[in-house]
Amino acid sequence: MTTFHPKNTIHPTAIRTENLSLSYDQKIAFQDISLPIPAQKITAIVGPSGSGKSSFLTCLNRLTDLTQQCRVSGKVYLAGKNIFDPKIDVIALRRRVGMLFQQPNPFPFSIYKNLVFPLKEHGITDRSHVEYLIEESLTAVGLWDEVKDRLKSSALRLSGGQQQRLCLARTLVLKPEVILMDEPCSALDPISTGVIEDLIKDLGDRHTIVIVTHNLAQAKRISHQTALFWSQKNVGHLIEVAPTQDFFQHPVNPLTQAYVTGLKG
Amino acid sequence: MVKQKWGDRLGTGFIWAIPLTITAIFLWIIGDVFWHGLGQINWQFLFTAPIDAGRSGGIAPILVSTAWILLICMGVSLPLGIGTAVLLVEFSDIKTGFGQLIRRSLDTLAGVPSIVFGLFGNALFVKVFGLGFSILSGGLTLACMVLPLLIRSTEEGLRAVPQSYRLGAASLGISQTKTLWHLILPAAMPGFVAGFVLGIGRAIAETAALIFTSGYVDRMPSSWLDSGRSLSIHIYDLAMNISNGNANAYGTATVLITLLLMINALTSWIGATWTNHHFKF
Repeated sequence: MTTFHPKNTIHPTAIRTENLSLSYDQKIAFQDISLPIPAQKITAIVGPSGSGKSSFLTCLNRLTDLTQQCRVSGKVYLAGKNIFDPKIDVIALRRRVGMLFQQPNPFPFSIYKNLVFPLKEHGITDRSHVEYLIEESLTAVGLWDEVKDRLKSSALRLSGGQQQRLCLARTLVLKPEVILMDEPCSALDPISTGVIEDLIKDLGDRHTIVIVTHNLAQAKRISHQTALFWSQKNVGHLIEVAPTQDFFQHPVNPLTQAYVTGLKG
Repeated sequence: MVKQKWGDRLGTGFIWAIPLTITAIFLWIIGDVFWHGLGQINWQFLFTAPIDAGRSGGIAPILVSTAWILLICMGVSLPLGIGTAVLLVEFSDIKTGFGQLIRRSLDTLAGVPSIVFGLFGNALFVKVFGLGFSILSGGLTLACMVLPLLIRSTEEGLRAVPQSYRLGAASLGISQTKTLWHLILPAAMPGFVAGFVLGIGRAIAETAALIFTSGYVDRMPSSWLDSGRSLSIHIYDLAMNISNGNANAYGTATVLITLLLMINALTSWIGATWTNHHFKF
């Protein structure tokens, strides 16, 4: 049973899932997840490995389409429209809902082309506009001063933390409303993690962010709302969702209580 | 200093001995061919027709026939091979029966002796399609033969491209076609180059499959429907059937090996240039 706190109806929701379930072949990854995600807030999804957190995230931009044996049922509403409706333009959807992955995945292009490639694909080719957007997004992730003199050199030569910030810039350059993040710091050192965390906090003012994390302290530091996923009989379920402060200080569900105090998970 | 154990030394020596032996054998073959063959090569050898069944004269018509055969072979197999590999990797599920069936068939085909391909080409292209003993029949037969090699190594190349590129591009709303063209194919270039080099290596060295299809007429072909003799068949003929043909067989072999090395170098260069063109900015 999901425990909802009355407070999380205060903010307008950007995304709402309704009885969302996902299975690969015969195996059910998660089941019946109904989660409201408030607009321009940071929602953290926590829980042990295998509880379906990452799979849940890939439903929100329909990256699940790329896996053929993956079946999704239920609904995901973005601004009132079900994104699994066959009439939805997936390309446009993914422009509105950006994603940052666990491993930094810059393309094997120059820094500049990493940002131009998505812009070009979405029809933004005016040179001065493109250059403005590139500077803007690299500045937003604090990378502009570090790379402005070597925009044409390979993105693969950047450090791990810089690569992850470039990937964030690549997402931001398309001006998404929602940004999905799948453990974006787990491959990084503590200093780079700190930099990325600060960025996420900043972005949370203007973007709806859903971040999957293993790190409870991180969820506590940066998020406004926290949701706990738990694997029961190998199927992920949503256990509790609450404003972050309440989630950690007054968890309602016994599983959440055990998890936040470190007794379980 | 830790003293190396006797067994370790033996192991190290053994491991070094294997690649050295293989390299030595390879160098020996090349060295032998060049040693005997380089003396035969001059402008006249390259630009005149064979005289007296190839004992004297040159190899000009044979070079032209070989070029035609290779051109047809690669021209047909390259687009088909890359297309099939792209279909197998990017558009079909690994676990589905269809993809699995194609892969099995290709692995089996890759192991079929070339003489069988020769008979198949003879039955299909020469007889059924009525192309006769011709360069076209030969090129098409070779295309069937190199196709499995080409598909499998192109497939490996495509699979070596990290899935994170595909997911990253999709998450940015980039269509599958654009991702394929601008990201996946350039990144898979090493696989294409390897496939091309393997394929052309097998094609240029082939004799058995060509005897039954393109024939062994050693005059200058007037069209691709004419019979034509390839370099490898010329070498075979001179070495096995013609007395005193050895000198020119060595000369022809030298040309063949040089040609192969040149094609391989050129392919790598074109591949690298294309990749750079796509990846840098």
